[in-house]
Amino acid sequence: MNDILSSDLIKEFTKNKTGLIGVGILLTLVMMSLITAVIIPVETFKQWNNPSNWIEYPKTSMPIWVNYFVTEKIPEHIIIQNPTIISKEGDISVISHQFEVEFLADDFPNGFIYEFTAEYSGSPLLQINVIRPDQNKILLLSTSLPNSETKIVHNERIFSTDDMIRKNIQIQSTELGFYREGIPNEDLIFADNEEKLLKGNYLFLVNLYDVNDNTKIIDSKLILGGKVFGIMGTDELRRDIMIGLLWGTPLALFIGIAVAVGSVMIGLIYGVYAGFKGKKTDDGMMRFNDVIYALPALPFLIILAVTISNSIFLIVGFLMIFSWVGVAKVSRSMTLQIKTKQYVEASKIMGEKNSRIIFKHIIPQLLPYTFASIAISVPAAITTEAGLSFLGLGDPTFPTWGQILHDANTFGAAARGLWWWIVPPGLMIAITGLAFVFIGNALDTIINPKLKR
Amino acid sequence: MFGVLLITLLLTIALVGSNMDVILKQGIVYQVRAEITENTAIAASFSSVAEFESYVQEQIEQRTVALGLDAPWYTPQRLGFTMYKLLILDFGHATFLTSDSGSSNVSDILLEKIPRTVLLFTTATIIISIIGILLGAFSSSKIGSITDRITSMFAIISSSFPVWWVGMLMIFLFAFTYQIFPARATPTLPSTDPGYIGALLYHMTLPLITIVLIGFGSWAYLVRNFMVGTMQEDFITAKKTIGVNKKKIVYKHALKNAAPPIITILALSLSGSLGGAIITEAVFDWPGMGRLYFEAISVMDLPVIIGATYVLTVLFLISIFVADLLYGYFDPRVKTE
Repeated sequence: MNDILSSDLIKEFTKNKTGLIGVGILLTLVMMSLITAVIIPVETFKQWNNPSNWIEYPKTSMPIWVNYFVTEKIPEHIIIQNPTIISKEGDISVISHQFEVEFLADDFPNGFIYEFTAEYSGSPLLQINVIRPDQNKILLLSTSLPNSETKIVHNERIFSTDDMIRKNIQIQSTELGFYREGIPNEDLIFADNEEKLLKGNYLFLVNLYDVNDNTKIIDSKLILGGKVFGIMGTDELRRDIMIGLLWGTPLALFIGIAVAVGSVMIGLIYGVYAGFKGKKTDDGMMRFNDVIYALPALPFLIILAVTISNSIFLIVGFLMIFSWVGVAKVSRSMTLQIKTKQYVEASKIMGEKNSRIIFKHIIPQLLPYTFASIAISVPAAITTEAGLSFLGLGDPTFPTWGQILHDANTFGAAARGLWWWIVPPGLMIAITGLAFVFIGNALDTIINPKLKR
Repeated sequence: MFGVLLITLLLTIALVGSNMDVILKQGIVYQVRAEITENTAIAASFSSVAEFESYVQEQIEQRTVALGLDAPWYTPQRLGFTMYKLLILDFGHATFLTSDSGSSNVSDILLEKIPRTVLLFTTATIIISIIGILLGAFSSSKIGSITDRITSMFAIISSSFPVWWVGMLMIFLFAFTYQIFPARATPTLPSTDPGYIGALLYHMTLPLITIVLIGFGSWAYLVRNFMVGTMQEDFITAKKTIGVNKKKIVYKHALKNAAPPIITILALSLSGSLGGAIITEAVFDWPGMGRLYFEAISVMDLPVIIGATYVLTVLFLISIFVADLLYGYFDPRVKTE
């Protein structure tokens, strides 16, 4: 074994290219986690498994940047939340919300939804019109809100598949240019008289008429359904995959680093103590080590996760149980070598306490090796946790990358070609693992100069 | 070594036992209720609700005692009985799972699944080790060359990819984009069909390619590192100076001397391949030990879990033992110690 001090290690490390790349990737990931924690509200990730939180988003839609690579532009999923508001008071008061959409894609939108919350008494009249790029104004819907004597708050979603809209379109088929059975409403609205898509500015007018002045629209948004959304697209349950990926980063780093540091520390102390004590203690401790070594790790992890708990913190603990064994073996044999060195013998004769010898003379010698093993065991921890999550045994309250892949697998994403659901999470696992492998290998070559040649 | 096996099994029973009992008891209650609803004559013969309830309770208790569930799993009788059964290799009957042929005997189920896992993973491990050893030996003879660098890079990168994720990508590529291989690895033909073996091999290709692709890099890297160590030893330098053919040095003398650690790893990975297959088998839907294990755990089928753990642990211990023996054969220095 070569005696390398920690300060030398750092000096050597700064000269190692792959090691620096690893550190670079790691820093990027840490930055990503920090930015995620600051920018994205914690709410979103707590709502990860709550379908109603994601209802506005499209189902299994591709990432938005796909449009840069295709000639036929796929319609984006558009959510407009702040319309232009015009209100008129008089005998009949009018509140008008106007949504303007510039529609330039090469395919029809995937329906639209108007969602609003209104506060009123009586029975106001709701009218939805659309002004098309060819300046035709088409009445889509004219309906009165449910009657109420007292003031109530009413929330409703109007879908483009509404029967009333269908009827209105049928009546106005001359303005629209054509009408045919079997074609969805939104296709009729967005088509010219030759059945082709009409590109340009669409203006959706939502008017609420009432005889008194105390009508208010509290919240109003128009969702124009599309087939691309967000930086990473969405999954079958309409969840924004980007949010899952971002929140997965700090989780993966936490799991990886916690398991690696924990298990290497346990292994180090266990091994050093066994090696230092020697004789029967050593024999006994190594026997126990062998037993743990012979346990089939993954099956046991599965049993533990199923029977005890799948809380993420406990899983970290379980992973530690199975990963300290190798480190203990190596640090024991290293201790056996160091123990015979003269300065250790000398301090023994001088009557120094065992704990002092261990912490002052032996462990510092093992530190470079310790750092390397921490770095090397991180990827294994991350992939094992991802594997458990992939089998559906992970902590369901945290959206880890493995969890995303588990969902992808249950919905048959691979066989259906939903690549944006499979590739990014796995790539993130691989990149994170790679960062630590780079760092670990760099440390390894410094500790074992034989490999460098 | 035998002690290790016993401890492993005890731990398994300890972890699964209590849950298992709860599930079995619920099963009994359900069974009794079902029998009564099916047979209305029993229900009609009671005059009061209390009498009926006490009858049901009695029935449940009777069956609980009959199955030995009245004592908790950790009582010496039950533990001893379970252990004794295991020693004589009687794994009993599975509670829920059955083999493809319909038998619920755990030994039958295991015997049906083991060959499939061996077929896929042992083949893969052997291919991986052959490619790995050759590539590793080759790159160690030309350290710093392009081949060496590519191998090292590939090893590092491939080792950080989870096999099952690459499996999903492979399914995406070869089952969806280019429809060459089937997405599910379970053949649709019945096992009696003469074309079954062919179908099985065809379904096996995609998982096999995936496992080999991910595995051989790190093997090559390991072998290379062992070889680099031996190539620096004096006897190799001596052989070089007397002018022995370089190829002969690398593949005959150096490889033989680097063999002990390589063989240890080979033995361990052969047995490890059987247990580590759980996730990979889940991705490809390969009907082997791994999937059996996962299914057994998800429905808490204790006899199957114990049987599978038993087999895995035994295989693992045997391979450690064989590795030790081989190590002694290749490296006689170990024997004298």
